[in-house]
Amino acid sequence: MAQRNLDDKPRKSSLPGVISRFPAAYAAGRLLLSIPTMLAIITLAFFLMRAAPGNPYSMERKLSPEVEANIRASLGLDKPLIEQYGDYLLNAVQGDLGPSMRNKDKSVSELIAEGLPVSLTIGACAMGLALAIGGGLGVVAALRQNSAADYSVMGLAMAGISIPTFVTGPILSLVFGVWLGWFAAGGLDLGRMSFYTIFLPVLTLALPQIAIVSRLMRASMIEVLRSNFVRTARAKGLSEARILWRHAAPAAALPLVSYIGPATAGLLTGSVVIERVFGLPGVGQYFIDGAINRDYPLVMGVVILYAGLIVAFNLIADIAYGILDPKVSYE
Amino acid sequence: MNVTAPDLGGSRAMSRAAEEGRSLWDDARARLMRNKAAVTSVWLLGGLVIIAVFGPMVWPHNYDAIYRDRVAISPTFENFHILGTDMLGRDLAVRLMVGLRVSLAVGVIATCVSLVIGVAWGATAGYLGGRVDQIMMRIVDVIYAMPFIFFVILLTVVFGQNIFLIFLAIGAVEWLTMARIVRGQTLTLRQREFVEAARASGVPPVKIVTRHIVPNLLGPVAVYVTLTLPVVILAESFLSFLGLGVNEPLTSLGLLISEGRENMSKLWLLLAPALTMVSALLALNFIGDGLRDAIDPRDR
Amino acid sequence: MRFASALKIGLAAAIASFAAACGGGDPVADNVLHRGITANPDTVDPHKAEGTWERYVINDMFVGLFADDANANPVPTVAESWSVSEDGLTWTFNLRPFFWSDGEPVTAYDFEFAMRRLMDPTTTGVSYASLLYVVKNAQAVNGGQLSVEELGAKAIDAETFELTLEYPAPYLPELLKHYVAHPVPAHAVREFGDAWTRPENLVVNGPYKLAQWRTGDFLRSVKNPTFYDAENVCFDEIVYYPYSDQDAVIRLAQTGKIDTNNDFPGRRYEELKEILPGWARLHEFLATNYIVFNTRSAPFNDERVRIALSMTLDRQFITEEVMQGSQTPAYAFVPPGIANYENAPQASWKDAPLDERFQMARNLLEEAGYGPDNPLTFEYTFMSTGESPKFAPVVQSNWKDIAEWVDVSIRRVETRVLYNQLQEGDFQVSNAAWAADYNDAQNYLYLLQSTTGPMNYGGFDNPQYDALLEASNLERDMETRAGLLRQAETMILEAGAIAPLSVRASRNLVNPNLTGYEDNIEDVHPSRFICRAG
Repeated sequence: MAQRNLDDKPRKSSLPGVISRFPAAYAAGRLLLSIPTMLAIITLAFFLMRAAPGNPYSMERKLSPEVEANIRASLGLDKPLIEQYGDYLLNAVQGDLGPSMRNKDKSVSELIAEGLPVSLTIGACAMGLALAIGGGLGVVAALRQNSAADYSVMGLAMAGISIPTFVTGPILSLVFGVWLGWFAAGGLDLGRMSFYTIFLPVLTLALPQIAIVSRLMRASMIEVLRSNFVRTARAKGLSEARILWRHAAPAAALPLVSYIGPATAGLLTGSVVIERVFGLPGVGQYFIDGAINRDYPLVMGVVILYAGLIVAFNLIADIAYGILDPKVSYE
Repeated sequence: MNVTAPDLGGSRAMSRAAEEGRSLWDDARARLMRNKAAVTSVWLLGGLVIIAVFGPMVWPHNYDAIYRDRVAISPTFENFHILGTDMLGRDLAVRLMVGLRVSLAVGVIATCVSLVIGVAWGATAGYLGGRVDQIMMRIVDVIYAMPFIFFVILLTVVFGQNIFLIFLAIGAVEWLTMARIVRGQTLTLRQREFVEAARASGVPPVKIVTRHIVPNLLGPVAVYVTLTLPVVILAESFLSFLGLGVNEPLTSLGLLISEGRENMSKLWLLLAPALTMVSALLALNFIGDGLRDAIDPRDR
Repeated sequence: MRFASALKIGLAAAIASFAAACGGGDPVADNVLHRGITANPDTVDPHKAEGTWERYVINDMFVGLFADDANANPVPTVAESWSVSEDGLTWTFNLRPFFWSDGEPVTAYDFEFAMRRLMDPTTTGVSYASLLYVVKNAQAVNGGQLSVEELGAKAIDAETFELTLEYPAPYLPELLKHYVAHPVPAHAVREFGDAWTRPENLVVNGPYKLAQWRTGDFLRSVKNPTFYDAENVCFDEIVYYPYSDQDAVIRLAQTGKIDTNNDFPGRRYEELKEILPGWARLHEFLATNYIVFNTRSAPFNDERVRIALSMTLDRQFITEEVMQGSQTPAYAFVPPGIANYENAPQASWKDAPLDERFQMARNLLEEAGYGPDNPLTFEYTFMSTGESPKFAPVVQSNWKDIAEWVDVSIRRVETRVLYNQLQEGDFQVSNAAWAADYNDAQNYLYLLQSTTGPMNYGGFDNPQYDALLEASNLERDMETRAGLLRQAETMILEAGAIAPLSVRASRNLVNPNLTGYEDNIEDVHPSRFICRAG
């Protein structure tokens, strides 16, 4: 579903026309499908988390049995697991993600509300940067196919997907943050995001995506440049620049649309590293802390949030792709 | 960190190669041989594998031997610490070899698991088609939406950080794209004359799948395998970075990098594993690309 | 074409969001102290906190009968004067006029309310109640056997508070300066329930009051004008940063974003002297890293095995090379420098050279029946966080060096899970650490008492030892008491009940332009004493 551009599904041609093409039935079907998807994810995460050894209240000091029993009761952990699962689902459907078991002063919803703006801003900026730079590099490489420029762009792209973010992050922070002092080495300025504070994390997060986008764009652009309609346009005597920017590049960018889904997943998981390396207060860090602290509701909250985002972006990408590409039809 | 390998149009190329039959393989090999980056990568990777497998056996130092008077010394030929020693006075070169061995092993195990599940699942769905195919691919769609790395972290928490169990688990969630590619291929293959002929002459379905379908999937699967390996290796290093990876005194490239990152003033501790890792990943990616281009030359 | 516009819109959106994020903020007030506290507080409720990092925030907000001065001495704060009964069991405190930040007076009833809330088993999230079990009936109340009214903590009137103890505890002021003993505003807790710690509801009696808290980002506290010593408090605001990546914190210190941090990576001590001259501070600290043997079963029910393993640890190498001098070798359980405990005993083999100790260990193990035909095989588990993973391979290598037939495997276990296993006695040999809750040797030695239960990880059980500690609890003469404790510690060292490994140093990064950030043995640094020079 996520990667519609793969030729793994037979496609019928259909009539063009953007508005009339909005696939209402298909979208509704996909929305319906996202319900079992989310349910499966929630179920798996719930029981995995409970299968982990340890519990949220185990700590350096042993509590008195009475205190422990009271804690278990207050967290609902004394009920049978399947009942807890039912309770959780019921509450989650109503938007109540429960209290955080570790953060005694805040609920999971509050924590997510604090962290999400940071994660989203950085993720969106990284996505924008990846599409802009990656797309541009891809076009350049495609136009100068097999030239030095092509090879260097593709070499860079290779490096981009081969160097882990937790290596690039600290190095960028050290060079541009500490040595050169151009950007913040880490942290936000008392919760305020600014170009100065988030540029390095955004760049670190975007680098692998830039690499992937540029490779996608290059491959797709090469195909488009060979296609009949570009030849036709050339035959009609349109200027090269016009052909390139009005016809070829937009058509070639099509596969990028269906990449938005996987890219979202990549950015979200990447944010875990970025937040740790740059000391940013985002949602990804909650997940790690929650998993280590056995803060069941916090882990579940983040999983639901991220899975929801991934499902939503996959859906949007698929529908947008269908609208934009006349070759796709929705079975 | 993407846990799912980016599919960069490989399946498209593959399907064409498969459709046009085996005669293409000779051409493909010739094209691969002309691809300098890929050929260099094959040699480089071969060298790395040999070093990883045999290096620790012949090296004068043991990977867990601690030299208490030689802590964190920079690379030197004295006592043959050509890459220096780490913060515990252990020879970095041999630890690097062991780390490379672990990382590669982990990559291979997880990829094999994903290969087996993916091929079985995809071939079954594609060959049977119809409702079964629908259901099986819907299941793939559902799992596809999971935030993978999160589940991998949860699995490490559950399995108490036993690295090989973890990588069985990574393999078990890494097969989705493989299944999709294989299914697509199978769908086309089963319309082909030789399959039709086999079916007409009463060959049982299991035999058709194993004899006729699976061998013809080799191309796309090979490409996807080379592209999955680096992704799995990256996933392992990511876990090590979070402190959830391999157990001491064993090590992996990811763990070595994360240790090196902690000691930026002793750059060789970071550079040696980082460069090794990047070159192994680059080699794998170049080979994967080269293979794809060789089988479908249109993009180059 | 529609794609071109879509692309443009996308790009514009990306740039816009980037620019929106770009809006620079107001300059931060000048008179602000920026403190790194290494981890995210789980709560600012003094009864529910359990981490040392929470202490920094909480101790700036609440003060008790006693509070720390800059050098970690207990100084009467809400208490103006006190008297102790003849038997040492009844302490009566007279409170000075003191106010909550909402103007209400701090009364003895607040203390009574706080103590009952702490011990009430139905108050969820309390983790440190056991620290005040010295208060009469506290353990029974906390265990649900007695009602809170039976607790030995009573308000006589608004200005007089009385504590009755289970046994004379001359170190009581050390206990009472701990945040669990701080008062909480009864009126606010009753009104808001668990939500009383939210910045909008919070009422404090200390020098600073939490104003803003963004999880994982920062906590900001502002000066409380009603604090009794407000005129001597320098900074108007304190910002606490919960960054856990200590290398990232060093980069922040280099760029001037952080004034102090309660930790730095020990392995970077030498480097820090160059990149941040005058910042890195090491100081003696009341925390011991040790290795605990499960004495309940073979092979560690044999003290020869335990001693052999203990004496072969290369403490010099671990502290000097692995920890880069940020720890010192330990040859006793109670760390040096603890109050009222001079001439502490040391392990008898302390001064023997290492290779001699290896020989002794081999002999001991052979005596215990181990050898090529009967190899000593066991597993060492260690915590996944902090420095435990760094020295675990050294421990393994040391023990393997005793003889060919000593076969040690090591396994990393998540810290939280390992604590559980330690408390349940589900381990063979494990690393552990203890930081003093209060400055007294008893706080270490009670851990090996057979009556301590799950906190006596190794299940060490020696009636003579228990008797010595009981006697010390009843002894009011400090010198005699110290003698009893010394005797007890000698006993556990000779039995190899635990293998002391190293004494931690406190590690602080402190901007050299600050005054009043004093190094001390408990590693407490209340913000109210810190000022910026010049």
